[in-house]
Amino acid sequence: MSAQEKSMSVSDEMMIEMNGVHKWYGQFHVLKNINLTVKRGERIVICGPSGSGKSTLIRCINRLEEHQQGEIIVEGTELTGNLKHIEQIRREVGMVFQHFNLFPHLTVMENCTLAPIWVRHMPKQEAEEVAMNYLRQVQIPEQAEKFPGQLSGGQQQRAAIARSLCMRPKVMLFDEPTSALDPEMIKEVLDIMIELARDGMTMICVTHEMGFAKTVANRVIFMDDGEIIEQNEPEEFFANPKNERTQLFLSQILQH
Amino acid sequence: MKTVQQQYEVGRHPDLPPPLVERGVVKWVRDNFFSDATSIVLTAVALYFLYKVVPPFVEWAFVDAVWNADHRNECRARGEGACWAVLRARIAQFTYGYYPAHLYWRVNTAFVLLFVALAPLLFEHVPGRRYLLWFSLAYPVLAFFLLWGGLGLEPVESAKFGGFLLTIVIGVTGIVGSLPLGILLALGRRSRLLIVHTISMVFIEFVRGVPLITLLFIASTLLNYFLPPGTYFDLLLRVLIMVTLFASAYLAEVIRGGLAGIPKGQFEAADSLGLGYWKSMRLIILPQALHISIPNIVNTFISLYKDTTLVVIVGLADPLGISRATLADSKWQGLSTEIYIAIAVFFFVSCFAMSRYSLYLEKKLHTGH
Ligand SMILES: Nc1ncnc2c1ncn2[C@@H]1O[C@H](COP(=O)(O)OP(=O)(O)OP(=O)(O)O)[C@@H](O)[C@H]1O
Ligand SMILES: [Mg+2]
Repeated sequence: MSAQEKSMSVSDEMMIEMNGVHKWYGQFHVLKNINLTVKRGERIVICGPSGSGKSTLIRCINRLEEHQQGEIIVEGTELTGNLKHIEQIRREVGMVFQHFNLFPHLTVMENCTLAPIWVRHMPKQEAEEVAMNYLRQVQIPEQAEKFPGQLSGGQQQRAAIARSLCMRPKVMLFDEPTSALDPEMIKEVLDIMIELARDGMTMICVTHEMGFAKTVANRVIFMDDGEIIEQNEPEEFFANPKNERTQLFLSQILQH
Repeated sequence: MKTVQQQYEVGRHPDLPPPLVERGVVKWVRDNFFSDATSIVLTAVALYFLYKVVPPFVEWAFVDAVWNADHRNECRARGEGACWAVLRARIAQFTYGYYPAHLYWRVNTAFVLLFVALAPLLFEHVPGRRYLLWFSLAYPVLAFFLLWGGLGLEPVESAKFGGFLLTIVIGVTGIVGSLPLGILLALGRRSRLLIVHTISMVFIEFVRGVPLITLLFIASTLLNYFLPPGTYFDLLLRVLIMVTLFASAYLAEVIRGGLAGIPKGQFEAADSLGLGYWKSMRLIILPQALHISIPNIVNTFISLYKDTTLVVIVGLADPLGISRATLADSKWQGLSTEIYIAIAVFFFVSCFAMSRYSLYLEKKLHTGH
């Protein structure tokens, strides 16, 4: 995607706003003063060393983790203890996990239709049509009636993406979606994600796939030790990293 | 031994049957009974044991057995075999206890309908399952009126219930009642709400820490002190409640084990889709947790079913109670072996059916992960 193409889909509408967010696990300060805004149509890649708090950050956005200080506003609704608000936000925010987390007792089709039927109260037939569309988009329509345990890793992750998309989310969060996959399957998942980006989906991806970051990201964020150290457009970020920790990190991951 | 090998062109080798010794009965017998010295010895010992036990038993139970007699002495006069005549004479009592004979049809109807109600719950491919499930839901009420009377049916007191009827009433009520209660207790014990958590935990630990007999005694005596004088609280009903509570505490722990086996990612995936607590439990977590726990759940059910024999201690006439009465009758004194064998067969058939069903269910639910 060209720079122009990338910026085209970005609107001024604010999707996610994190202001001065802090989080602790017991005594351990895992997120430190996170300030981050994401506009509709923007695609953000987060990278950083293991344990730097990347997962924790995106999991705060749909309240899989609770933050203790600061505010997080998703689509104009602030995340607090209010269960109604939390469920409302979760309906609009899709998440794809490193280990897929498909429901093993349900077929791929049932995985995809479950939330639309039970959360969005969509009639079953309509939900199945929607699901079939997304399964086609991720190129596994023929696997619909299989159980997750019968699919390859790459197929499972694509099914998980389809499951999220079936809720027609406004934002998609990806937590290292390709790092549990064998090399030959990584591309099939990344291709689907690039496709999604082209369609204008707002995305936040934690990933170390730098090629992917260059192709689709509007912004790359580098985190270390619970802080956002540096953020920039991908060309600038990779060509001229300013902080030395960023430089060190990039030199390490670009070696192989 | 050298066999002549036919040569084939490369890439043209046909599929051949395996060599003869490698299949069929001969191989099976050799592999299973004579594979090495130990197994040969074990086979010999087992054969000797069977030879010593089976023929005499068959002789006693079938060949020399007496099926028609009016009392024990008539049996003995005809030989040393089993006196099954006692069962023929007392079959009604063993089945219905002291239930009025002219109302047996109500018990029979309830029994047959029990299977109609169970079928759609136990098997997925039952014709008209959707409608039958409504019947299953209504069945407890229906069975209650059939067995105890009311709504124009002649009332029958609980005290008249006995025999296998009693076993099945207590067993089925206990099983059907304890499963939902056990699930709620298991969820309660994991709850983050302090009060729910504490109540569940105290209940489970208390009930598990006390023998069922004690609970039954509490049911039969102590409750009278707590209840206002003059309240009539049916003994069988109290026993039903105690048995259900007892089994539910065990089930709760079994199911909690199953819940603990569900990966965190499943909870997170359900949460991230916006399913609330109850929906994610019902649709995602419990189906998997119950699946993992099937063997243990059925195990609990089987023990509950067999523990129903303990109610004889508080004076209910379950099959063991009936056998006491029968053995006390001078006409049938001393025939305990025959009676206990019959009771054992009854329990074995019921429990074996449960065990097979649990295997079937596990197989059916296996989805290749
Ligand atoms: N539930 C928890 N309790 C305590 N500490 C935790 C918990 N979850 C994560 N941590 C710690 O918080 C830090 C950040 O974790 P996080 O998973 O966000 O890192 P990450 O950047 O995603 O790393 P990775 O690249 O390995 O996935 C780590 O040091 C981790 O040990
Ligand atoms: Mg992580």
